[in-house]
Amino acid sequence: MQKTFFGYRRENGRVGIRNHVIILPLDDLSNSACEAVANNVKGTLALPHAYGRLQFGDDLDLHFRTLIGTGCNPNVAAVVVIGIEPQWTQRVVDGIAKTGKPVAGFAIEKNGDLNTICAASRTAKEFVHLTSEYLRVECPVKDLWVSTKCGESDTTSGIASNPTVGNAFDKLWEAGATTLFGETTEITGGEHIVLSRCANAEVAKRFQFFFDRYAKVVDDHKTSDLSDSQPTKGNIEGGLTTIEEKALGNIQKIGRKAPVIGCLDKAEVPTGPGLWFMDSSSAAAEMVTLCAASGYVAHFFPTGQGNIIGNPILPVIKLCANPRTLRTMSEHFDVDVSGIVRKEMNYDQAGNALLEMLIRTCNGRLTAAEALGHREFIMTRLYESA
Amino acid sequence: MSIDFIVHEAADGVGVVVVEGLKAGTDCTGWIMQEDKTISFKILSDIPIGHKVAMKDFAVGDTVFKYNTDIGKVVAPIKRGEHLHVHNVKTKRW
Repeated sequence: MQKTFFGYRRENGRVGIRNHVIILPLDDLSNSACEAVANNVKGTLALPHAYGRLQFGDDLDLHFRTLIGTGCNPNVAAVVVIGIEPQWTQRVVDGIAKTGKPVAGFAIEKNGDLNTICAASRTAKEFVHLTSEYLRVECPVKDLWVSTKCGESDTTSGIASNPTVGNAFDKLWEAGATTLFGETTEITGGEHIVLSRCANAEVAKRFQFFFDRYAKVVDDHKTSDLSDSQPTKGNIEGGLTTIEEKALGNIQKIGRKAPVIGCLDKAEVPTGPGLWFMDSSSAAAEMVTLCAASGYVAHFFPTGQGNIIGNPILPVIKLCANPRTLRTMSEHFDVDVSGIVRKEMNYDQAGNALLEMLIRTCNGRLTAAEALGHREFIMTRLYESA
Repeated sequence: MSIDFIVHEAADGVGVVVVEGLKAGTDCTGWIMQEDKTISFKILSDIPIGHKVAMKDFAVGDTVFKYNTDIGKVVAPIKRGEHLHVHNVKTKRW
């Protein structure tokens, strides 16, 4: 593996691989103004979403953690926040400002959409001028934060594409990078394996807490054995039969070497290098959005049947080993590891191919999902609004 | 020799078909990854790519192992070489 890449060193020392100016809505009502600003000022990106009104308690905390975390992500150079009212808008601005990056907030009440769009567009334009002159600098691989989640998995995921991520994760761990996995319910049937990988009893206890908490959500709301949802219809079409089989394939992504150094709640930020677990949904767009909010700058996404997800700020590198999927929807994949199922490629070679694509992506190569415009930004909700 | 199906470990009760269009009655070659061994036998069902073939006979109530780990219970009898999937195996969880 190459030992360095060219990234953007941010004010707080973190390193990004993209240089986005984002226009971030506090709430659903502010999407329209944000999209207008992004249309006015080229080189900016609006992140519309569906929430932010009358949330409370843990669900509200998660809303703020997700928005602030997204703004703080090192792939983001500067942020314009627009909200319906000034107080919660300022809360997001203050959270992002701690990184030292340029951020400004605008509220629509007492201004209306048009005055807000005008003022926010002028600031966004200044941010674009400023940040478009930032230069990439050479950075060590240990400065990389790489997350993973698989989607529309099939049996080839467990045979080939997930162990490829595991091989690459082992090598990133040896290089001192910060990695992450999650998908809490999709560990069902393999939880004993994750527990055996936890660095100490405290980490294991924390993992068990998150696992049991998510299992209770399933138990409280299920009307069947979930075989209509998990595995998904795509998983079943691809040959996966039970959640246990899916989970055992899923956890191939964590490799064989790194201990699980800590467990995070949704959108919490790791405090050091190593392999982290984050409690999270197994739905692709929700999970990847949480990875971005936790500060991850690149993402490995193995798929069997062909999940096409992307994210606005977190480049999603897609790999696949299913020959039929690679033949029928090739435009969605960055790395082909189907050689493994033909016994033409081993895990070490596949892991190296993925790491080479990681470095190229870090240096600026757009992923398939970026080139195709996939920008799924989906916030996780815990319960109804008040 | 081309590989028709893959078995993770020799102790597993299932293999995964990795080629398209495999028809009942075909003599197939399997690769046991962990032990790096090759095996051959005739499959008894049409099995799509990615789907599993039973490596032995199963009775109702038996446990199916893959990755040498429990992946569920048998709910209809399965013969060696037949298609093993949601019609004859279910989760033990949830």
